[in-house]
Amino acid sequence: MLGDQTARPRGTGRTGGPVRAAARPGGARWADGAFRVILTAFGLVVILFVVAIAVKLLVASQLAIRQFGFSFLWTSRWDPVHGIFGALPFVYGTLVSSLLALLIGIPISLGVAIYLAELSVAGTGVVLSFVVELLAAIPSVILGLWGIFVLAPWVRSAIEPALAGTLGWLPAFSGPRYGIGMLAAGIILAIMVIPIISSVSRDVLRAVPQEQREAMYALGATRWEVIRHAVLPYGRTGIVGAIILGLGRALGETMAVTMVIGNRPQISASLFQPAYTIAAALANEFSEATTDLYVSSLIEMALVLFIVSLLVNAAARWLVSHVARPVGPV
Amino acid sequence: MSTIAAPTAGIRRRRVVDVVMTSLCFVAVLVAIAPLASVLGYVVLQGASSLNWAFFTQIPGPLGEPGGGMANALVGTLILIALGSCVGVPVGILGGLFLAEVSGHGRLGWWIRFTADVLNGVPSIVIGVFVYTLIVVPTRHFSGYAGGVALGLMMMPIVMRTTEEMVRLVPQSLREASLALGIPWWVTTLRVTLPSAMAGVLTGIMLAVARIGGETAPLLFTAFNNQFWSLRLDQPMASLTVQLYNYAIAPYDAWHRQAWAAALVLMTLTLVLNVSARVATRQRFSRGR
Repeated sequence: MLGDQTARPRGTGRTGGPVRAAARPGGARWADGAFRVILTAFGLVVILFVVAIAVKLLVASQLAIRQFGFSFLWTSRWDPVHGIFGALPFVYGTLVSSLLALLIGIPISLGVAIYLAELSVAGTGVVLSFVVELLAAIPSVILGLWGIFVLAPWVRSAIEPALAGTLGWLPAFSGPRYGIGMLAAGIILAIMVIPIISSVSRDVLRAVPQEQREAMYALGATRWEVIRHAVLPYGRTGIVGAIILGLGRALGETMAVTMVIGNRPQISASLFQPAYTIAAALANEFSEATTDLYVSSLIEMALVLFIVSLLVNAAARWLVSHVARPVGPV
Repeated sequence: MSTIAAPTAGIRRRRVVDVVMTSLCFVAVLVAIAPLASVLGYVVLQGASSLNWAFFTQIPGPLGEPGGGMANALVGTLILIALGSCVGVPVGILGGLFLAEVSGHGRLGWWIRFTADVLNGVPSIVIGVFVYTLIVVPTRHFSGYAGGVALGLMMMPIVMRTTEEMVRLVPQSLREASLALGIPWWVTTLRVTLPSAMAGVLTGIMLAVARIGGETAPLLFTAFNNQFWSLRLDQPMASLTVQLYNYAIAPYDAWHRQAWAAALVLMTLTLVLNVSARVATRQRFSRGR
């Protein structure tokens, strides 16, 4: 847009000042055009990058795709020694650990978002927002270290006995207790998605027009009723977007999960049992994979993860931007 | 009686619900912050007791021998961050300028912005696998270059989007003043618009550095790791995060202590970058108003 304005340099400089562009309009136009092309090229790099990832992974996983076809995704035998690879235990572990994270994380995140957007006093709100966002800045390998030495022992000695004591009749909460396993992975993922879901939801709630609240207050509603019936429904789409954004993070999270999930390719009804995720399998097995088919199978899993994360993030961005866009800067 | 009593009972119930639910929201904040407090507490306590001068000056010792440090990993992390910045910062800034100055509301701009945001959500381990197939396989080497490229690719969308946002904040009158002097648009953009937004752009770069400095997954099979001093970029390169990971999952107490020490150093780096970036932006915004 600006380029259009400058394509016609004006004035010849009445004071005889250095208006070089005006003296050589052709030269300036050429340079501006070239600069425009350069900037465009650098902008296009991101699109090129996404295409390159897709193509590279697709090519590198050809061997596995040819060998196993679509059954790769729903057979569960993962046997590098005999060259048989089925990704189901990893797909299962990825999905279940992420859903567990959302199950734990959504209520807490919404509580945080509501508190920060609706209830907090200006000063504490800013500080608490920052503290919650700081949670997202902890390197995941440090969270994993904490997971191994603090969280997992606590899960084994406090959470799992409590769950087994009250809900032990459910297959999900029965069996031997290790601490390390699906439950610990779900909890650590919840810790990682809470800052994302809560900060995006907070922005969504802040974007709800004030009239919406005032109308409800005028009817004699309490603070909670205003939140429940006027604010939350208005921000529903954006909150769903925030949750999907959190899901995207959980699906691809690698280090912290690898360190607490136990890394065993099995499908078990019990959340106390070790499991495995796609990202964890890549982290653990990639540099040790010996045969071409093995490497190719791992890359096919990376491809699956890539495609899923693209779809999930695209959906989330679309939902969030549709809500946040019309409001603009507040 | 009941016709009068009923509404008061209803109001009381509604007030109780109000207090309970709003309190629950506050409890949620406490629950969300608790892990941060616990992580920080453990990292500081365990890390401080394990951190010593040797950590910064020595390379990892053989198992069983006392001493040893992570000097090589510390330097490796700094080199990898520098390499990553060489890739991510120029592309990010120029791409961000495109989004802000060329295709502000254009269709191409929309697609690029959208792609950058989506790319930001692509798991870092996938970036690692991509760079492995792109660089490690053809060169047949794990290398510092590969690790730097992986980190740079992760930086790119972050720098791009913050640059765009910061450049958009530059008042239109500034550009017009420059253009009115007959200065070509491209010179205006590079010498007037971008420098005016520089403080914000640098903040964005700091946040991106904080993010990639703590990344492990994209380095696992690009830079790999190295137990020895190596400044060669075409060889495997040590990093704090990968070393921390290897030590954390090993069964030795001495290595666990090293891991906590590494965590303290890494955490300090991350927090300093994040907090100063936050302080810088707040000052900027309050001055702007």
